[in-house]
Amino acid sequence: MGFSAFRILKEGLTGNTGWRPHWRDPEPRADYDIVIIGGGGHGLATAFYLAKEHGLTNVAVLEKGYLGGGNVGRNTTIVRANYCLPGNSQFYSHSLKLWEGMEQELNFNTMMSQRGVINLFHSDGQRDHAARRGNAMAIQGDDAILLDRTQIRERLPFLDHDNGRFPIYGGLYHPRGGTARHDAVAWGYARAADSRGVDLIQNCEVTGIDIENGRVTGVQTTRGAIRARKVGIVVAGRSSQVAAMAGMRLPIESHVLQAFVTEGLKPCLDHVVTFGMGHFYISQSDKGGLVFGGDLDFYASYAARGNLPGAEHVMEAACTLMPSITKARVLRSWGGIMDMTPDGSPIIDHSGIEGLYLNCGWCYGGFKAVPGSGFSFAHLIATDSHHAPAARFRLDRFTTGRGLMDEEGTGAQHNLH
Amino acid sequence: MRIPCPHCGPRDLREFTYKGAALMDRPTGDWSEAWDAYLHLRDNPAGRSEDLWYHGPCGTWVLVDRDTVNHAIHGARAAQ
Repeated sequence: MGFSAFRILKEGLTGNTGWRPHWRDPEPRADYDIVIIGGGGHGLATAFYLAKEHGLTNVAVLEKGYLGGGNVGRNTTIVRANYCLPGNSQFYSHSLKLWEGMEQELNFNTMMSQRGVINLFHSDGQRDHAARRGNAMAIQGDDAILLDRTQIRERLPFLDHDNGRFPIYGGLYHPRGGTARHDAVAWGYARAADSRGVDLIQNCEVTGIDIENGRVTGVQTTRGAIRARKVGIVVAGRSSQVAAMAGMRLPIESHVLQAFVTEGLKPCLDHVVTFGMGHFYISQSDKGGLVFGGDLDFYASYAARGNLPGAEHVMEAACTLMPSITKARVLRSWGGIMDMTPDGSPIIDHSGIEGLYLNCGWCYGGFKAVPGSGFSFAHLIATDSHHAPAARFRLDRFTTGRGLMDEEGTGAQHNLH
Repeated sequence: MRIPCPHCGPRDLREFTYKGAALMDRPTGDWSEAWDAYLHLRDNPAGRSEDLWYHGPCGTWVLVDRDTVNHAIHGARAAQ
């Protein structure tokens, strides 16, 4: 079932009675070549690229709740490739290219909107750093433009440009960045994976991982045992629990990150904007709501909701950067469970157990990584070798100290990112 | 979330700084796997956990018995 303008017109004229479910709801079979644990953005993308790039369709995605019910539905929908360090740069650059072709590739409207990301700076030192980051992005082949304060004033008239403490000196503009409809990304990958023969099994919680002689042989689930030659763990905030089923301890702490959206407003913010003097980012959704967030709450949590001090901190930054936002009412807030690694960069690697693969540690940056992560994880599972753009996302970098990717330069220790 | 400081009583979350899991047995000697585990690997429990918080106003490290799923606090004592 393909989407087209003709189809939409026809359905509109016939009462929209011809639409069918976008994916099957199969019973789990007893045996698969590959089982992916986790039906979020990364897991569904992995299944899709296993089928599309490697022709592997004897694959099941096991999801304990409903598809896309975790972090892929609980983020601020920002897509960008403005990283600085080797390893991250290549990966996010590749991921952004996949975003750009996603709607055609999936035949699904993910509302990819390349409205541009602007990282503001507020001092000479921050300008130098922005210029350096922009050069790193340009060398990687992505786009970066340094805007001065006049250009920022023209593009973002609603900000407090002459704030007494944090005047805006300019911004690093990344035109190809933007936002996408987060749920649609999960649905698009689910539909495309399903149509290639992948079984998407919902309400199926993994309760154990079977390992014999150092080799994975399958999983135990709430819907029975499933044998598999290869198993991929891609469960974001629950990585520690699932890995523990295989006897592993991961370098991960799960934290809560809050986000907020206001009531719908007329268009007032054309880009994704980040504040340089506080951890704060904001964009306007296509419905008109201002979507914004800030730092972690900074304590381990699985509650999927935050505390008021975290909310207060974000609101203070919002009012400082964009005083007119005080007129808007906050419609709702939510929290996601962030799988934080010590250096703030992710892990796509072998687990050390034959046939068991890990994809975790996306911290608070997992959404933009969805296509790249799925592509690289599928490559790892299918070929047993690292995909070049993700080759530095190694599990052992903490043990050896080699290849740490501390993008913020705060140290490779828990609770610093 | 309000955390009961053993010296000051229940106090607002804003007065505390979070350190992380209460790992009280620091390895000794040169680098070893024990150091890697101490620095990086975490049980990261979903449920009851014991973690370290620093109470700024009175300067006490507090061991908090807390539920990470619902933020309930079951007890707190001064870390030794």
